[in-house]
Amino acid sequence: MPETMPVSAEPAVAAPPAELPTSDVFPNPKARRRYWILLAGLSLLACFFAVGTLVWNNPMPFGSSGFWRITEMRATSLVVIAIVVVCQATATVAFQTATNNRIITPSIMGFEALYVAISTAAVYFLGAVGVVALQGTPQFLLQIALMVFFSLVLYGWLLSGKYGNLQVMLLVGIILGGGLGSVSTFMQRLLTPSEFDILTARLFGSVSNADASYLPVAIPLCLAAAAALWWRARKLNLVALGRDITTNLGLNHRREIMIVLFLVSVLMAVSTALIGPMTFLGFLVATLAYQFANTYDHRYVFPVAVLTGFVILTGAYFVLKNIFYAEGAVSIIIEAVGGSVFLYVLLRKGRL
Amino acid sequence: MIELKGVRKDYGDGVSIGPVDLQIPAGGITALVGPNGAGKSTLLTIIGRLLGADSGSIEIAGYDIARTPSKDLAKIVSILRQENHFVTRLTVRQLVGFGRFPHSKGRITRQDQEIISRAIEFFDLGPLENRYLDQLSGGQRQRAYVAMVLCQDTDYVLLDEPLNNLDMRHSVLMMQHLRRAADELGRTVVIVLHDINFAAHYADRICAVKNGRVVEFGTPQEIVVDDTLTRVFDTPVTCVDGPNGPLAVYYR
Repeated sequence: MPETMPVSAEPAVAAPPAELPTSDVFPNPKARRRYWILLAGLSLLACFFAVGTLVWNNPMPFGSSGFWRITEMRATSLVVIAIVVVCQATATVAFQTATNNRIITPSIMGFEALYVAISTAAVYFLGAVGVVALQGTPQFLLQIALMVFFSLVLYGWLLSGKYGNLQVMLLVGIILGGGLGSVSTFMQRLLTPSEFDILTARLFGSVSNADASYLPVAIPLCLAAAAALWWRARKLNLVALGRDITTNLGLNHRREIMIVLFLVSVLMAVSTALIGPMTFLGFLVATLAYQFANTYDHRYVFPVAVLTGFVILTGAYFVLKNIFYAEGAVSIIIEAVGGSVFLYVLLRKGRL
Repeated sequence: MIELKGVRKDYGDGVSIGPVDLQIPAGGITALVGPNGAGKSTLLTIIGRLLGADSGSIEIAGYDIARTPSKDLAKIVSILRQENHFVTRLTVRQLVGFGRFPHSKGRITRQDQEIISRAIEFFDLGPLENRYLDQLSGGQRQRAYVAMVLCQDTDYVLLDEPLNNLDMRHSVLMMQHLRRAADELGRTVVIVLHDINFAAHYADRICAVKNGRVVEFGTPQEIVVDDTLTRVFDTPVTCVDGPNGPLAVYYR
């Protein structure tokens, strides 16, 4: 039969199919194996800390109503942590891709400054009751809407003009954020010490800031925006190569950037309105995820980033709560660790 | 065929491109030459729809680039600019694979793999295919980028100074690769070149641009003439017969 000839001759000419080079998302099979091992390890750690947070050191006897109430409260914090991590991790990875810059975080776009300004203004004008006035689902939604609106105005104005330029947009974002921060600082100076004390508690990002009644709004928003980014992962891979290559390959770069920045602003607004500012969490998680995942493909980077974030946040809570009995200090610790990692990465590699 | 009709781009301050009317026939290599700031690269980026023109129309293979969806154009024309910076770490093979995006939308098939392998072989990148771009020399990296554009499998390929920063050997190799792409693969290559002698030797047609306008268009034999080059480049040029065709001598 004539067909058998080339088939039997093939191995002599071409390499066997198993060794056929592939344009894989991983540079070699070893990297692929490492990735899946890492993902499994992170998942295990995440489960460990999640279960630990739920059941460890429950003061009430097992099965009593108090036991279940405490477990339920802990479960709520776990859900809050998960939302915050999904928001911060996906938003930061996507934002760094859209801006083609791995040393910035979306929080510099003024989300946190706006949150601080809103909280400060509430206490400044309404007194201590201002903190209460900011609580409630409508207020929560309003804060999200304000932050998204603020960023949309900024992107829309700066990216669609004739001189639409990403760098200028970032700079204006930083300056506006700085300006809002100064206004907040000024108002804080005029507060009474007790009002200032109440305000300060709100301005440290903390899971205990979150109100369980926000969750029915926060969960769908966060999941929808994160899913939309996940859905665009293949396009994000392209956007990461810059405007010219993206356009050459047939993707509308500006439109893609606008969509990504909108989704990022929704995610950041949800996270910030839920628990307050968390400047370095996103950066820390994204930086570690790139180091761990060793691939350009966002479909692989996103899960690693989210899991890493979950492990870091639950781990920090678990350790601080059960070993150091200092639950409130978590965000301070993460900011300190995140800041150190930022400096370490920057000084050691000079490349991210 | 690439056809430009009354293409203009104004920058204010009296700096402008065009109006340019130009017909670049299909097939072969067409070189855009001209002095610095003449608008060669700008013209190329306008044709490659990376930059919008203020007026006029451009058709590539009968498709109006302003009306044809970008994703369809990406299967007809590809463009590579001089500088390509991004933070993503890619291997050569991964980069070349991106060239298949207009066809496979990021889901690389077996057939894509074969096309990628062929592009890599075509540019002798086989031994380097699993190296990261930041581990390559400038010449190797440039070849990888051109391989990506070729992998896009478009009839029209626009290249902005692909010889930039290449030494003699790599420049010659690059031009030989492009020559083969035009002859063996039937691509229409439009290329911005700095060195008139490279254009004269490897191109089928030379298009001279000066002050934002096309001032000469013809075969190398027609363009590589003392008066013409002296006029285009504003510097005295003498053309002599070299061993492999005419040579422009402009060193003084």
